[in-house]
Amino acid sequence: MTVNHQLSAADLTLGYGDRTIVDKLSIDIPPGKFTVIVGANACGKSTLLRGLARLLTPSAGTVYLDGRAIHQMPTREVATLLGVLPQTPVAPDGITVADLVGRGRYPHQGWFRHWVAADDAAVATALQATDTLDLAGRAVDELSGGQRQRVWIAMALAQETELLLLDEPTTFLDINHQVEVLDLLTDLVQQRGRTVVAVLHDLNLACRYADHIVAMRDGKIAASGPPAEVVTAALVKSIFGMDAEVCDDPVSHTPMIVPVGRHRVKPRLKAAAE
Amino acid sequence: MSAASSFAPVGAVVAVRRRLQRRYGLVVLGLALLSLAVASLSMSIGDYPLPLADVVRSLLSPFTGNADAANDFIVLGVRLPRVMAGLLSGAAFGLSGIVFQTILRNPLASPDIVGITTGASAAAVLAIIIFKWSGLGVSVMACGGAVLTALLIYGLAWRNGVTPYRLVLIGIGMAALAGAVVSYLFTRARIMEVQEALSWLTGSLNGSTFENLTPLAVALLVLVPLAAVLSRSLRTLQMGDDAARALGTRVEFSRLGLILVAVLLAAFATAAVGPVSFVAFIAGPIARRLLGPSGNVLLPAALVGGLVTNAADFVAQHMLGRNQLPVGVVTGALGAVFLIYLLAAAHRSGRGG
Repeated sequence: MTVNHQLSAADLTLGYGDRTIVDKLSIDIPPGKFTVIVGANACGKSTLLRGLARLLTPSAGTVYLDGRAIHQMPTREVATLLGVLPQTPVAPDGITVADLVGRGRYPHQGWFRHWVAADDAAVATALQATDTLDLAGRAVDELSGGQRQRVWIAMALAQETELLLLDEPTTFLDINHQVEVLDLLTDLVQQRGRTVVAVLHDLNLACRYADHIVAMRDGKIAASGPPAEVVTAALVKSIFGMDAEVCDDPVSHTPMIVPVGRHRVKPRLKAAAE
Repeated sequence: MSAASSFAPVGAVVAVRRRLQRRYGLVVLGLALLSLAVASLSMSIGDYPLPLADVVRSLLSPFTGNADAANDFIVLGVRLPRVMAGLLSGAAFGLSGIVFQTILRNPLASPDIVGITTGASAAAVLAIIIFKWSGLGVSVMACGGAVLTALLIYGLAWRNGVTPYRLVLIGIGMAALAGAVVSYLFTRARIMEVQEALSWLTGSLNGSTFENLTPLAVALLVLVPLAAVLSRSLRTLQMGDDAARALGTRVEFSRLGLILVAVLLAAFATAAVGPVSFVAFIAGPIARRLLGPSGNVLLPAALVGGLVTNAADFVAQHMLGRNQLPVGVVTGALGAVFLIYLLAAAHRSGRGG
C-alpha cells in the first residue's frame, strides 16, 4: 500500500456556539505514520479531532483531504477514505458483534449495492485483527469494556479506510488492554501503511507509540514532531503546569515522563527542583 | 458459536449473519400467518356467522362472478373493510412508532406518548364540537393537527440542533397541553357531541369503508417505500450522531426525513381510525423481542401493529360479553400493562430514561 492520503488543516477555528475552542490552527498529518494528540483536559484535542474528521463544521479555516476542502466533499465519499471512532458511540440494544462491525460497511453500500461477499470478508478481517472473531455472535452489551472497545475499533477497521481517526480509544481500558489497542494501531501503520491519528491521555504510552506527537495547549499547537525531539520537561511544564523529570523509557528508549508533585519526592530531587 | 470459530474467519461471520436472516424470515412468516388467521376469524365469526369457505368464495366473487348478495355484502361491504382498516392503520402506527423510538433512542418516544396523536385528537375534537364537522373534514383536521403538533415540538426543542431527550420531554408536555384542549372543548359541548367525539377519541374500526380508507392506503403507498429507503440511515443514526456522520450519513437530512415520514404515518392512521391508543408504542418493542438482537425491525413492527390491532378488535367485538367495544379500549388496556412492564424492566436493568 503506497497510496497515502493527505489530511491537513489551515487556520482552522472550531467551537461550540460562541465559545472558540481551537483557534486558527494549522496542521499536517504525516501520511503512513501514527500521530498522537496530547494535552491537558479542555485544551481542544478532541475538538480538533472532530474537526479533522468533519464531525464539526469549522467557524473559520479549512480541513483538506487530498487537497480538497473536506466539508465540500460528499460525506459518503469521505467515509470511504477516512474512518472515525468517536468518543462515545452508542451500541444499539442487544446488537451482535458481527452486526455492529458490519455497520462499518455503510459507506460502501448504496440503495442498489447491498451486502456482498466483500463485506463479509472485510468484517472477518476486522474481527481477526482485533482478536474478536470468537465474539462474532455475542451481544455487544454482554462484553467487557476492553472487548467492547476492540469491537468498536473493528467497526472502524471494517470501513477499510486509509486514514483512521480515534478519540481516546484507550479510555476505560486496563493497562494491558491499552497496550493491546496501541499495538493493534501500530500494526495497521507498520504492516498496512495506514495513517492513524489518536487522542491519548497517557503521556508515556503516547511517547512510546507515536511516530509524531502533537502537544496542544489552549486550542493551539504547542509543539509537534517525533517524541524524542519534542518532549522535554519544559514542554510538560508548559502544557500541564506540572514539574516532571523526563528520562529514558527502558523498554522503548522513548521519552518517559515522571511527574514531580508536592509529596513523595526524595529530598535531593526536591532541592534540585527548587 | 464455538463450532463456527473453527471455520475460516469469513465462515464465522457468514454463519452469524445467516442465523439472523433465518430468524428474520421465520418472524416475518409467523407474523404474516398469524395476521391471516386473525383476519379469517374476524371475517367468519359474528352475528351472521359464515364458514371460511363462504368467506373465501365471497372474497373471490368479483373475479369469479359467483355472487351471493347477502354473503358478499357482509364479507366485502362490512368485514373486509374493517379488517383492512385494522391492518393498514396498525401497520402505519407500528411503523411510525418504531421509527420514532429508534431515532430518539427511547422506547417511550412513540407518537402516542410524545403528543403527535394527542395533537391530532385535539384538532379532531375541535372540528366535531366547534365546527360541527364529521367524516372527511374531521380526518383532514386530525392530519393537520398531528403535523402542526410535530412542528411545534421540533421548533420548541430546537437549540443549535435537536437532542432526542429534549424532543421527548417537550413532546410529553405537548401531549398534556393537547389533552387539556380536549378537556376544555368538552366543557363547551353538548352531550351528543361529546359522545361522538369520545367514540372518535377511543379509536374504532366501526363503520370502516373502503372510501374512508383510501387516503390512508395512498399515504402508505408513498410513505412505506420512503421509510424503506431511509431505514438504511436509521441503522447508523442509532449509534449516535458522531458515529453516523463518521460513516457518511447525512444526519440532519435523514433524521428530518424519517421524522416527517413517521409523523405522516401516524397522522393518516389517526385520521382514518382515530387515535387507537398504544399500538404505535407496543408494536416496535414486541417486534424487537421476537426478532432478537439484530436485523431490520421496520417490517416486523408494521406486521405486529396490524396483528395487534385486528386481534384487539376481535377481542373487543366478540370476547367481552354482549357489549361491542371500540378497539382502542382493548389496545389501551394492553398498552398500559406493557408500559408498566417496560418501566419495571428498564428500572431493573438500570436503563431507565
